[in-house]
Amino acid sequence: MMRLKMIKEYYKVKSVKEAIDLKLQYGEKAMFLAGGTDVIVGLKNKKWNPEVLISLNEIPGLSYIREENGYLKIGALTTHREIEKSILIEGKIGALMDAVRNLGSVQIRNVATIGGNLCNAAPSADTAPPLLVHNAMITLEGKQERRSLPLEEFFLGPGKTAKKEDELLMEISLPIPPKTAKSAYWKHTRRAALELPIIGVAMYLDVELVKYGKLQQVFDSPDSTWDDQSRALNESEILCKELRLALGVAAPIPLKVKELEGIVNGKRLNDQLLWEVTDSALQKAQVRDSWRGVAWYRKEMIEVLTKRLALICLRRILKEV
Amino acid sequence: MRYMINFRLNGEEISIEVDPSWTLLYLLREVLGLKGTKEGCGMGECGACTVQMNGKAVVSCIYPAMEVDGKEVWTIEGLAQTSETLHPLQRAFIERGAIQCGFCTPGMIMSAKALLEKNSSPNEEEIKEAIAGNICRCTGYVQIIEAIKYAAEEYHGSKK
Repeated sequence: MMRLKMIKEYYKVKSVKEAIDLKLQYGEKAMFLAGGTDVIVGLKNKKWNPEVLISLNEIPGLSYIREENGYLKIGALTTHREIEKSILIEGKIGALMDAVRNLGSVQIRNVATIGGNLCNAAPSADTAPPLLVHNAMITLEGKQERRSLPLEEFFLGPGKTAKKEDELLMEISLPIPPKTAKSAYWKHTRRAALELPIIGVAMYLDVELVKYGKLQQVFDSPDSTWDDQSRALNESEILCKELRLALGVAAPIPLKVKELEGIVNGKRLNDQLLWEVTDSALQKAQVRDSWRGVAWYRKEMIEVLTKRLALICLRRILKEV
Repeated sequence: MRYMINFRLNGEEISIEVDPSWTLLYLLREVLGLKGTKEGCGMGECGACTVQMNGKAVVSCIYPAMEVDGKEVWTIEGLAQTSETLHPLQRAFIERGAIQCGFCTPGMIMSAKALLEKNSSPNEEEIKEAIAGNICRCTGYVQIIEAIKYAAEEYHGSKK
């Protein structure tokens, strides 16, 4: 199946205005396309049936990663591979780095864009949980106006977003985290490459370090187990300034677990607290059975991974102390 | 509707009319007759159709032909100058027995070529990452990784 037989016309637009005008002209007969790694597969699977493709790849100035006024800004056409190689993301937005390193294959990451990953709005979209825990805002541009909204308001359902038909996703913007905060993402899969997650968990953690020598020691030991690290954490005194959690494949949309502030803020970070976080996450999650994994297993993994992610974030925080 | 595109294929300028329904794989195999690039899954998951585009490995089965306009594409056919002068990766795959049925080989070699041109002395992890999107169902991966290491030594050596 080397052809996309339904496609009759193909536009390579040079501006956002041109893209929007064409979309308004053709309506549902047209689809936007960036890297095409979701769109073309969808066409081959007959998930969509457009006659016209509007390629956004030649719109200038939509592929960038830059710091601006305390924010990290990522253009919608930035590829996953560009994010993976970015020194601006490395270290600061660890969860996003974890996500793009394990998304698709090198071949896919070379062309797939972050804007496409979000607009495709799969419950399993790997970049979504990391961006959610980093309080990402997105900018949409339409015929009349340009507007920004928090990423959690963007996802409405599988494949459904708040983007109107005549709007384009332009930019993703993340507040640059303080030095004491780190994030991590765990994509739980059977194999490393070319897999969708059975469950995905992202965490953002900001702490106040009071007593942490033992934990530092355990992290430095090359053969320490998760259990060793957990025990060392329980013996440490690390206060939670902020903890944010987001889940992939746990609901019809990538899910940001809200209202954790009351549970965690100012409390001592240990197994007990992480269990309360998990409990809150499980109440909000709508995990289900699918051929990729069953609900009870997904729930158990949310518990396991929440603990592990706290340890990974702490390891990253302590690395810079 | 047909569209005129221009691109460089294996070092040669090409001007050709393409249909918007064509993938790059269709253009290569069915229009230009370059059958070295294979169709495996057709969904971008197996890597058999990997080609090099502007230096990077991409899967041609889910890449619209329209998008190669103005770009530089290399396929397996562009590697050997003559049958006597194989590319170091081709020689390495033969010498290290990294081929059984051969179906994954063009894609494997194109992924490896993209890697070695960026990183002439990759470690094993880097090699595994580069070919993680290329599925081999017969030889296993050990000989393939060995062959890429072996070719890298030659790449590295020739630059000194």
